[in-house]
Amino acid sequence: MDRTEIEAKLTDLLVDELGIERDDITADAKFEEDLDVDSLGVVELLMALEDNFGVKIPDEEAEQITTVGEAVDLVELKLNA
Amino acid sequence: MSHVALVTGGSRGIGKAIAMRLAGDGHSVAVNFTTNALAADGVVDAITAAGGTAVALQADVGDTEAVAAMFGEIEERLGRVGILVNNAGITRDDLLMRMGPDAWDEVIQTNLRSVYLCTRAAMRGMLRLKWGRIISLSSVSGISGNPGQANYAASKAAIIGFSKSVAREIGSRNITVNVVAPGFIETDMTEQLGDEVAGQVIAQVALGRLGKPEEIAAAVGYLASDDAAYITGQTLVVDGGLAL
Repeated sequence: MDRTEIEAKLTDLLVDELGIERDDITADAKFEEDLDVDSLGVVELLMALEDNFGVKIPDEEAEQITTVGEAVDLVELKLNA
Repeated sequence: MSHVALVTGGSRGIGKAIAMRLAGDGHSVAVNFTTNALAADGVVDAITAAGGTAVALQADVGDTEAVAAMFGEIEERLGRVGILVNNAGITRDDLLMRMGPDAWDEVIQTNLRSVYLCTRAAMRGMLRLKWGRIISLSSVSGISGNPGQANYAASKAAIIGFSKSVAREIGSRNITVNVVAPGFIETDMTEQLGDEVAGQVIAQVALGRLGKPEEIAAAVGYLASDDAAYITGQTLVVDGGLAL
């Protein structure tokens, strides 16, 4: 799976699961500050990523994620590991 | 609506009654136990004989890895836990002056650390289910105090503060977190009291008798039900009017 596909899937999850406006989602967008996703929402998003991509994201690594781009990086890294 | 329930310390006493009650309400039940496999199997057999679904799972719920493994097994065999009942608990009673650090640590580990570990593990699945009921057993001891039970009372009072905090954290996800605080209930734990102490206790109870495990299970069953959907962060005292 390439980066574009991961981005597309993540965007769908943000729109469908968390009700974020599609236009607001950019690589630099910060979950909590820009997208108004609370810290529990970020946890839920990462769990949804685990389910959708079949990867395991340890809590320590999950805590480092603040932007959409970082989430994509992490999933890409896990898929290629 | 039927869910998967986990009852820690579900092989005897109040835990057993809760496991039976939740199974009777149509939930499939994971009966956790630490040492008494025979008793846990007995609970599973009784549930199965009545047409319900249950499995027995050995795990020390104060142990991080054992809890993780237990949740993995439950998910595999029954599905995601929607109802968690933190019931496992022990006593190591002594006057504080004589209470050594081991008696303190053992009680805090089993009664409180287990609540932290199991609640955390269960939350992941509940967030995915977008539904959850977390019910932890406290005690009147943790509300009114009891001589000889500084360790036990501390662990049981802590569960109330823990539950209120978690209720605030995950309320927006349709997960409720509540506490049931039993008074003196007829179990192995209170049988150690002896007749004289039991008589003194009963004199303090407005209803004039000890409680039955089924009466605690009924409160847990209610909090786990759809009828209790708007109740969270609460402590339901079921003590026959002891701590008034």
